[in-house]
Amino acid sequence: MLSVSELGKTYPSGERALHDVSMEVAGKEIVSIIGPSGAGKSTMIRCINRLTEPTEGSIVLDGRDVTGLSGKELQTARREMGMIFQEFNLVERLTVMENVLSGTLGYLSTWNAFRRNYQGEDVERAYEVLDRVGMAGRENARADELSGGQRQRVGIARAVLQRPKIILADEPTSALDPETSRAVMDLLTEISRDEDIPVLINIHEVELAREYAERIVGLREGEVVFEGPPEELDSDARNVIYRGAEPASPTVVAQEKTGVSISEVDKETSF
Amino acid sequence: MADGSTGEYASEESFPSTWERPTVFYNDAVKWLVYGLLVAFVLWSAWEMRVSADRILAGTEGGIGLVTAMVPPDFTPDARMRIWNGMVESVSMAIVATIIGVVLSTPIAVLAAENLVPRPVYVVGRAIVSISRALHELVLGIIAVIAVGFGPLAGVIALVFATPGFFSKLLAEDLEDIDAGQVDAIRATGANQLQVLLYGVAPQVLPRFIGLAIYRWDINIRASAIIGIVGAGGIGQTLLNSFDQYDYGFSSAIILSIIAVVLLGEVASAWWRRRVQ
Ligand SMILES: Nc1ncnc2c1ncn2[C@@H]1O[C@H](COP(=O)(O)OP(=O)(O)O)[C@@H](O)[C@H]1O
Ligand SMILES: [Mg+2]
Repeated sequence: MLSVSELGKTYPSGERALHDVSMEVAGKEIVSIIGPSGAGKSTMIRCINRLTEPTEGSIVLDGRDVTGLSGKELQTARREMGMIFQEFNLVERLTVMENVLSGTLGYLSTWNAFRRNYQGEDVERAYEVLDRVGMAGRENARADELSGGQRQRVGIARAVLQRPKIILADEPTSALDPETSRAVMDLLTEISRDEDIPVLINIHEVELAREYAERIVGLREGEVVFEGPPEELDSDARNVIYRGAEPASPTVVAQEKTGVSISEVDKETSF
Repeated sequence: MADGSTGEYASEESFPSTWERPTVFYNDAVKWLVYGLLVAFVLWSAWEMRVSADRILAGTEGGIGLVTAMVPPDFTPDARMRIWNGMVESVSMAIVATIIGVVLSTPIAVLAAENLVPRPVYVVGRAIVSISRALHELVLGIIAVIAVGFGPLAGVIALVFATPGFFSKLLAEDLEDIDAGQVDAIRATGANQLQVLLYGVAPQVLPRFIGLAIYRWDINIRASAIIGIVGAGGIGQTLLNSFDQYDYGFSSAIILSIIAVVLLGEVASAWWRRRVQ
């Protein structure tokens, strides 16, 4: 279970990207973070595995506080969180197989990694997962030969090879066409179910979030302004997230339709 | 907005018929002052060298004498053998120095890449590169000869120490341009720092790395041919000896051979680098 409490991030530039964000993700839940661009979604995801260093709060994964770790312990913690990127971030000049097996680096000695001497069991899993993501037979292709959708499939395979306890995905579909986006979301859902792990996904497209997520967290200017199941993400809630309207009640959850006064919305929409 | 001068046809305004390119200097006075100073500086430099017409005349005569003495080049079997031996020594020096130099310069390149190391380490890395750059192969050759004596070992040492100034500098610039996303992805797998370098960084700069190594080998061939002039082994030392013995025919044969080998190295290096990239 991932538990984020009072997370804050102020960049050295003074930009306060996150403020007092708390949330929990457990089981094999699919949780989606939505919000306008610049809301802090990427910062949030990257703080969880500490690719970006949070400045306040704590992150606890399965009882272990990740926030204070360094060196080997931090690497082990990262190994337990698979990450999927908007721009796929495959190592372009390596083969598909090397990209997938790089998911096992956290389990390998540097020398064995250098010699591409992977564990037999991992190689077997790599073939199996490649098959599962629909990339069977492409193991020797170089990553830069693949299309966007194929790259994202390999990216997912790489994350799965980590044997993660959670998958973090930062807008995994934003660089893909609608059809491929759906295929990728289907795949993530399936992986979550099969591996019995939760997935935390940043999504730009509200419709995809509503369709796939079991719970939605709305982020605006670094703060959580909505949290609830997709059904509760009505137009008022969206106004709050995307236009900065005042929420009708302290918790936006289960508010009435009349909640936000129109003038309030108009005032804030001049962006 | 300005006063409605939006390019309407009706305008009766008259426009200027001349236009002058804005000067990079503040105004014409400054411009002519700068030009004047430049001319004065060139004249002063020439005067400072005290190159008189007599001196130029004497030099020309000496030069013609030398060139005449150099023709024909001496390619007798004995000369050919001595050239061959010197050349083999030079090329070997270049190869050995390239291998050792590249091995030592690669970690220095990482240290000198701003995006890969903390600030203090970066400063140290850049300092090593700058010092290596500041010292010419010949200067390093003189120092190495004093340190370890005449011969190819001094030459190899000089070339090795000159390598980071070129190789680490250019490789570091490439390292600074890599895609951070690929590095992030490898960090996110829980890889340690060396693994991140091996999987996230190295593949991105590998073709360039090989290209630079070949390029450095080509430069080292050129440098190793000349470095013997200060006693650091190879064909340069043979050349120096021939001058000392006023054997100018042999000297010209050596110079022609050096030109041939350097050109050959350059062609081979260009072809090879093209194949890698
Ligand atoms: N490396 C950085 N340095 C300074 N500010 C940053 C950095 N990364 C993001 N920010 C700022 O933090 C805020 C949140 O950015 P981000 O997390 O990328 O939002 P999102 O992913 O929701 O679009 C933005 O205002 C952005 O400009
Ligand atoms: Mg983002």
